[in-house]
This record gives sequence, structure tokens and C-alpha cells, in this order.
Amino acid sequence: MNVVTNNKWIGQRTIRPDGMDKVTGRAQFAADTTMPGMIWGKVLRSPHPHARIKSIDTSKAEKLPGVKAVVTSKDIVDFPIEKGAVMLGIQDMRWMCRNVMARDKALFPGHPVAAVAATTEAIAEEACKLIEVDYEVLPWSIEIDDALKPDAPILHEFNKFDGKPSNIVGRLEHKKGDIAEGFKKADVVIERTFTTRPVHQGYIEPHACLISVAPDGKTTIWSSSQGQFMVRAMTAYLTGIPQSDIRAIPAEIGGGFGGKTIVYLEPLATLLAKKSGRPVKMVMTREEVMRATGPTSGSKSTVKIGATKDGKIVAAHGTFYLQAGAFPGSPIRGAAGCSFTPYDIPNLLSEGYDVCSNRSKVAAYRAPGAPIGAYAVECVLDEVAEALKMDPLDFRLKNAAMEGTKAAHGPVFPRIGYIETVEAAKSSPHYAAPLGDSHGKLRGRGVASGFWFNAGGESSAQVNITEDGNVVVTTGHPDIGGSRAGIANICAELLGIDYRRVSVIIGDTQTVGFSNLTGGSRVLFASSMVVTQSTEKIIQTLRERAAKIWEIDPEAVKWENGAAHPASPNAGQFEPLTLEELAEKAPAMGGPIGAGVQLNTQGADGGFGTHVCDVEVDVDLGIARVIRYTAVQDVGRAIHPGYVEGQLQGGVAQGIGWALNEEYIYTKEGKVDNPGFLDYRMPVCSDLPMIDCIMVEIPNPKHPQGVKGVGEVPLVPVMAAVANAIYNALGKRFYALPMSPPKVLEVLEAPTQQAAE
Amino acid sequence: MTELRYLAPDTLDEAVGAFAKAGSAARILAGGTDLLVQMRSGVLKPGVIVDIKKIPELTAIEQTTDGGFRIGAAVSGMALAEHETFGKVWPGVLEAVNLIGSKQVQGRASAGGNLCNGSPAGDSVPAMVAAGAIVTVQGQDGRREMKVEDVPAGPGRTNLKPGEILVSFTLPPRPPGSSDAYLRMIPRTEMDIAVVGCGVSLTMKDGVVTSARVGLGAVAPTVLLVEDAAKALIGSRLDDAALAKAASACSAACRPIDDKRGTIAYRTKVAGVLLKRTAAIAAQRAQGK
Ligand SMILES: Cc1cc2nc3c(=O)[nH]c(=O)nc-3n(C[C@H](O)[C@H](O)[C@H](O)COP(=O)(O)OP(=O)(O)OC[C@H]3O[C@@H](n4cnc5c(N)ncnc54)[C@H](O)[C@@H]3O)c2cc1C
Repeated sequence: MNVVTNNKWIGQRTIRPDGMDKVTGRAQFAADTTMPGMIWGKVLRSPHPHARIKSIDTSKAEKLPGVKAVVTSKDIVDFPIEKGAVMLGIQDMRWMCRNVMARDKALFPGHPVAAVAATTEAIAEEACKLIEVDYEVLPWSIEIDDALKPDAPILHEFNKFDGKPSNIVGRLEHKKGDIAEGFKKADVVIERTFTTRPVHQGYIEPHACLISVAPDGKTTIWSSSQGQFMVRAMTAYLTGIPQSDIRAIPAEIGGGFGGKTIVYLEPLATLLAKKSGRPVKMVMTREEVMRATGPTSGSKSTVKIGATKDGKIVAAHGTFYLQAGAFPGSPIRGAAGCSFTPYDIPNLLSEGYDVCSNRSKVAAYRAPGAPIGAYAVECVLDEVAEALKMDPLDFRLKNAAMEGTKAAHGPVFPRIGYIETVEAAKSSPHYAAPLGDSHGKLRGRGVASGFWFNAGGESSAQVNITEDGNVVVTTGHPDIGGSRAGIANICAELLGIDYRRVSVIIGDTQTVGFSNLTGGSRVLFASSMVVTQSTEKIIQTLRERAAKIWEIDPEAVKWENGAAHPASPNAGQFEPLTLEELAEKAPAMGGPIGAGVQLNTQGADGGFGTHVCDVEVDVDLGIARVIRYTAVQDVGRAIHPGYVEGQLQGGVAQGIGWALNEEYIYTKEGKVDNPGFLDYRMPVCSDLPMIDCIMVEIPNPKHPQGVKGVGEVPLVPVMAAVANAIYNALGKRFYALPMSPPKVLEVLEAPTQQAAE
Repeated sequence: MTELRYLAPDTLDEAVGAFAKAGSAARILAGGTDLLVQMRSGVLKPGVIVDIKKIPELTAIEQTTDGGFRIGAAVSGMALAEHETFGKVWPGVLEAVNLIGSKQVQGRASAGGNLCNGSPAGDSVPAMVAAGAIVTVQGQDGRREMKVEDVPAGPGRTNLKPGEILVSFTLPPRPPGSSDAYLRMIPRTEMDIAVVGCGVSLTMKDGVVTSARVGLGAVAPTVLLVEDAAKALIGSRLDDAALAKAASACSAACRPIDDKRGTIAYRTKVAGVLLKRTAAIAAQRAQGK
């Protein structure tokens, strides 16, 4: 383990810059913004899972006193399907324009069909009821199996698979070696099929925005998102307003987890504001969030793994069907690309299928697709290890990917830390501890590993020295996971000053350079690169200024502890010039001190984690509870360990919810039956043990501080770790999530016939 | 956009008058933790709200002359928890009331609201049924008493007559060797709705059950008094056979539905499991262990 010892701020648990505002309620979330003359927008949503929209009559709504504007799909810029993809990041605007407002067809209950702005929320709601929509109700399907039936209703008639109209809207495969040959060499082969339910990201803050469009078209958006530039670009595409006229101001964000990487309300509110000439505010209800914003996919995966007697995996085949919802775009890349990646498998075929069905369009959720795939793969690995009578961690070590391993999705790994995570799990106090007294309940332990790609991409930063010699850093990414604190630590370290002198701000679209989404675990990786380069430029300027004052060569000046010093006694004898002093002299010495850097950052290394989970099962009630959990992860370098642990713990908490209780439940009519936190059961504090974290630090050699993304990996192994622990407790395998009490009891009471192969 | 009137009378007579006058458009407000949620979600749009928390009788906890307790219908969970002796005598009723919601909810939620909301899953109701509580209600025609188990009429409905207000719960005096307990099954550990709830009240002498009452929640359209389960316990030393018989009686009494919160098979089985566990706790308490 590479422990960083010689840093002053990097690696410190500094007080978070946004902490005071958040605990005192001063932080401004999207719904906290108001403007004079503001009116309210509401969305009319389809009650049907699948229906052709024959006509929409808004005339009665428009006549209701207090109504200021009504918009329908006619007002949204169309991206015709036949003209081909128009991509913005991973989103195709053809689907986005149809997702924010149904065009010819409504594709899920909750699909917007019109929006109204009125002087009060109540009038806007009333007006929605007055809009007459003539629907031709169509047959529908939600579950993957139903959507794949030969006679399934087809959502997008233009789409063909194997030459026929189909709900399979995408396929991807990663291949290495020859699996048929590989399986021939195997002594043990296990193949299983797994299902998972759609689960929501569960951010506490519902989508919200306030938008003002001035008579000259200049548009200001206050909204909560994972990317103000994404908000600007999508709104520009969907409304026709040029990006230069849209200022998107990021609010503090009350959680996103991937779910706020697309827009729902902003284009509608912009059009309503433009039509009405009034600022328009829109805030979703929780029910709208649950019905109409993306959960992640439900899935059906089949995984087959073959190994030799001595524990070497010789072949593996994974087939992952993921529910995309109404429009193409489920995260098959994560499922097919990540699931086998911790292992060096000579013969591998990993296939992903993107399946449309009549539920809301999928949105990214923490390592999109990877937890779904890892659940299946890591559970089968557990069975293979058991059949081989090997410790599951030893089995993973024996097959671990390492520097030089070629991953099926392409790259040859540089120095990676997967093995270290397994070793740390193995030598952890948790793995060595006995399961302990169970008070009549059954206890078990399980392990699982996971991988996520991590991303680089575009980031911009501006670092300015204030006139009093302090520092303001502006970056372009909404801070969801603590990036402001991390950046402050790094900038303070580089400048050799107290971190409290560095103020980190998230700029809006018109005041900082383009910065891609907060997603892909990329923000600290990418923004610290641009901040580092900006700060290095500033240090260069400071040295030059000191050199000028001392009349020596800039090369003879070094920057240390917040001041310029002669680099050596040969350079001459001078009192150090501090940042404050140089700032004060700035006007006379060439002007303000500041630097900005914009990059498309490269070199983000993937991340690996290995988890150990203990459960206790009340066999009479079928309740499984996680009683101890340790998450081990290669975090590159923990710039702010508290925040890194927060990411690990948060990911684990979400995974435990996914494993044990969270699921979308549908009525017979195809509507979400549990659109609220009472019956969509995310864990509460008392459901979870303290989640222990072991941070393995294998610095990323391509990053100035060794940073690797840490935010997504921690969700990847969790469901498998919990499932494997439940098996260890009960001696029965579960092949479906969630392992909620009625389902656990059902398996426990079923006649035993699950013989292991 | 109808107008909403809020009244907070100081006397019960005023409240009854105002409530009756406003007719079906009126709703009683105790803690509001059900009512306000229903209003926000658009399920209810009352024209008049009659807040009963200013009426002393409805927020009082009194010991009756015979040694029982009278609890005002609007007493909050927190207030009941803070009472000096109530929880010692009726630990099962208290734990049931205190299970409702979170700390914040406890500051407002009342047993009266829990009962009048008419949910078959209300936590305090099975415990009140097991306790043999009698409720006092008052309307235009005066006061009357009802057994608590006779109040619920079905999901969201009660047998209170139009214009009647629930005034208080009266719990009987306790002979020595008595105690009670309440357990519920929820998938989470808190902030959840009972999939099954079970209240048991016992009196024991020399290790033998001399009287028992069992209330079951969330397994039928109303909370049930399960007399067969009580019969199986009475006269026993809570041996396995008696518990098994009482558990089967609970399972047999279930008329649950399959819904998002649990299946028929699950609820039926759990009703029996909870009976055994709840009875064991009540017995321990009754025997001072
Ligand atoms: C976050 C949260 C968690 C919850 N958790 C639980 C839980 O764990 N278990 C549980 O059982 N419930 C739970 N509830 C529901 C609710 O808190 C309880 O039912 C509570 O006991 C209601 O009491 P109240 O005083 O707030 O009732 P109110 O909301 O004031 O009233 C409920 C209903 O009863 C009527 N009413 C009230 N008092 C009288 C009266 N004296 N006479 C006639 N009618 C009356 C009202 O008009 C209304 O229709 C929860 C609610 C929330 C918001």
C-alpha cells in the first residue's frame, strides 16, 4: 500500500466547504429559487403505458383564468428518427425530444403530453385536467420476457432486429478467445439465470427548475443537475435557442447518482417562460420522480463459467438483457463490459441486449449496468468456488486481472490494484472474525468484487489570486461527492497555503469553460488536472514576479510554503515573498494573477473493489439484515479520505437497498404501484451497520495526484456480496432481486431440489 | 379551488357543534400525520378542519378511580411516552403507539388518529384491542362507549356516526401478573407500514395464563380480535403446543390480500410467528422477568 505521508493537505479530512450551508439550511437547491412575477408549470402525463396520441385539444385549458401558457410536442424541436442519431454525450436527441414530451405515441404512464404555466400550482393542475387528449390505447409490455415475446407490442416500429420489428434496440458484445474450446477444458461448469428489478436512484431532491426568458431571448436557468452544460445544450437543442443565449446556473444538488444527467423539465419550462413572458418554476412531486424519471434497468442475465480443478477459469459466457424503458439506451456497456473485468479469462463472450418496454426511460445509475452484470457473475463465481472447494477470495486471486492482462472490452491493463483489494479483504479483521452469536437467527458471510471503467473527458477551471492574496477556484462541475473539498486540498497543497484560503466555486455556463457532466466518477480526476495545471501556471507567474523584484533569473526562484524563495544560496539572499505580498504588488508587476486551463482529460484508470458482507436471517419472517460490511477499494489516492469513505459507504447503502428491498412494482394496468418512499423501500439508517472502508492506494501514474474515480465502483459488488452471504447463511441460492422477506420465506419454504452441480 | 377553514375550539361541545354543522366536508385534525398527507396527495379536500388539540379532555392522560387509564384521543405518542406510570402498566400499548413513524411524527401522531384513520395496519390498534380498551365518542346526540375493536369498519372507514368525535380510550385496571406486548413485521427496521401487527395482553398466575387477548393487524380489512388464539393461550403455561395452537388460530383468522406489501401466504404465516413471539414477551413482562 502506498501511504502518502509528506502532504499537508492532500489526504486530510478538511471541513467541507459546503457543509455549513447544508447543515444550517442556507444551501440553495433548485426549488429554493424564486423571482418576481414567477408562475408555476405543471405537466400533464399519459395515464396509459402505450397509446397513440390522435389529438390534443388545449383550448379549454388556455381559457382558464390564470393560465399563461400551454405547450405540447409541437413546441419542442423535433429530431426526426429517419434523419439519424444526433448525439449529446450518450444521449440521442431523437429520444430526448420524445422523452421530454410524447410526440405520436405515449410510451409509459407518466410520459409528458402537455405542460401548462399558470399563476398558481393549483390553477396549473386544474388546467392540465382540462386538456383533452384523444388516445388510441395500445397493448403494452413492461417486463423483458414480455417485450421479447414474438407477438409483443412493438414500441418503435422502425426498429428491426434479425430483420423483424423488435423491441431489441441494441446489441453489444465483447469477445476474447473461443468459449466453445474453453468450456471443453473445464472440470466444473456452472450456468445460472438471474433477474433484477428496476430500481430508482432515490435522490432526495426532486427535479426542479426556475427559468426566465427575457424579451430578447436571453435565458437564465436555475436547476439541479449533474451538468449545467448538459442542461444548456439539451435545452438549446430542444428549444432552438442558441447556447450563447442560455445561462444555466447550477444549484446545489440534493443527490443525483446518475439520474440527473438528463433533463426533464428545463426545455418545458423554457418554452412556457418564452410563451408567457414570465419566469416559470417547475418542481416535480416524488410521485412524478418515481413514475417519469429514469430508474435503472430491470434485467435478465445468464452467466456460465467454467474452471479447471485447480481453480483456473477457462471460459465464461454472459448474456445480459437490460430494460431500456421507452427509448433505446440501457447501460449494456456497463453490464457486458465490466462484469468479467476483474478476471483474466482466456475465453470470454459477453453480450448485452438493449430492450425497450413501456416504462420510463432508463437514466444512468452509479456505474450504469455494472452492478447488474456483477450480481450475476459474482454469484456464479461463488458457486464455482464452492464446487471447487476453494475459498472464494483465493479463487478470485487465482484468476485476478493484473498489469498486462487484456480486458475483453479492449484495454491492456496498466498497473491496477485489483489483487491488492482481494488481499486486503482477505487480511481484514472482518474476514478473520467469527460470524458470532446469532440469537436463533442464521448468519452467513459472502464476498464479491467489482469493476467500473471511470472516465476522463472535458473539464475547465479558472484559478484566480484575489487582491488580498487568497485563492478562488472556479470549476464547471456540480459538486455531488465532495469535489470542492478535494480541489481545495489540492490547490492548497500546490500553493503551500492553508486550505481555508482557497475558495472553490462551481461556475455557470457563461462564466467558466465547457465542463462535461458530473458522472463516470470523473470529476475529481478531471477537474484536479485542470486545476493543477492552472495552479502551476500561477506558481510560474509568481516565481517570475519574484524574480523580477529580486532581479534574478526566474529559474533561481522556488515556490515553497506559500512564498517565493531563492532556489539556493547562489541565487542571492532575499526575504521570501509571500502570496499576499505578491498579490499586493500585482498591479505594478504586470497585472492580475490568474490562469485557466481547459482539457479533454485522458488517463482515467478503472477502479476495482472487493466487498465482505455478513448477514443475519430471521428464518421465520424471511428478513435478511446486513450486520457487518467491509468495502475495500483501490482508490488511487484519497485526496479527502472522509469523502472517499462517504462514496464507498453511500454506494454500499444503495446496493444493500437494491439487494434486499428496492424494486419497482407494477399494477395490472402497467402503472408503478409504489411511487413513493413508503413502499419503495430504500434503507434507513437503522437498517445498516456502520460500513467499514479499507482504502487501498495504488496511485494512478497518469494523474498528477494519482487520482482514480471512486464514486461508482462501490455499488458494483454489493448485491452479489449480500446474495452470497445469504446463501452462506441458509444453504439456499437466490437468483432474483430483491431478496425481500416474502421472497426469502418463499424460497425457504419451497421443497429442496436445488442440487449443486 | 375551494376555500379551507380551520377551527380550533377549546371545548368538546363547540367542536362537536362545528363538526356536525360542517357535515361531510369537515375533518377532525389530531396530529395531522395522516390527514395532511392525504390532503397533500389530493385524496382528501376538506372544506373545514376542526383541530381538537386545544380541548383539554382530548389531550389528557388520567388514572381512573379503579386504577385504569383514560387517554385523550389526541394525546401524542411522545406525551404518552413521558407519562410516569402508563408505560409500566401497558408497555405493549405504549410500544405500539411509539412505533408510529419517527421522532418527528411522534411529536404529533395520536392513537385516536391512528384508530380513526381506519387503516388495518395502524400499529396502536391491535395493542388497544388486546388491551380491551373501550372508547368514548361524542356527537350531537351525546356520549356513548364502544369496544375499540368495533370502531374500524373497513379500510379508511369507521363505525363512528356522522358528526361523532372520538374522545378517549379507557384501559381497564390490571390485576397482578398482567402485561402486554406488541410486535409488527416490517421489511425495514423503522419508518415503515406493518405487513402484520400483533398485540397480546396476558394475565398469569404461577406460570399459567389466566386471561388473554390477542389483536391482529394488517391481515384483514379491519384489525381483528382473535378469540380463538386467546382461548388457546388461557390455561396454558405457554408451552409449545399451546403457542402452536394459538399461532394456527391467528393464521386461520387472517383474511389478507396479496399486495405490494406482502402476499397472502406470507402474511398468514407471519401472523402465527408474531403471535408466538409477542406472547413470549408479554409473558416475560407479566412474570416480572
Ligand atoms: C412519516 C410517517 C410515518 C408513519 N408511520 C406509521 C407507523 O409506523 N405506524 C402507523 O400505524 N402509522 C404510521 N403513520 C400514520 C400516522 O402517523 C398514524 O396513523 C397516526 O397515528 C395518525 O394520528 P394523527 O393524530 O396524526 O391523526 P390525524 O392525521 O390527525 O387523523 C387521522 C384521521 O383520523 C381522523 N381523526 C383524528 N382524530 C379523531 C378523533 N378524535 N375523532 C374522530 N376522527 C378523528 C382524522 O379526521 C383523520 O381522518 C405514519 C405517518 C407518517 C407521515
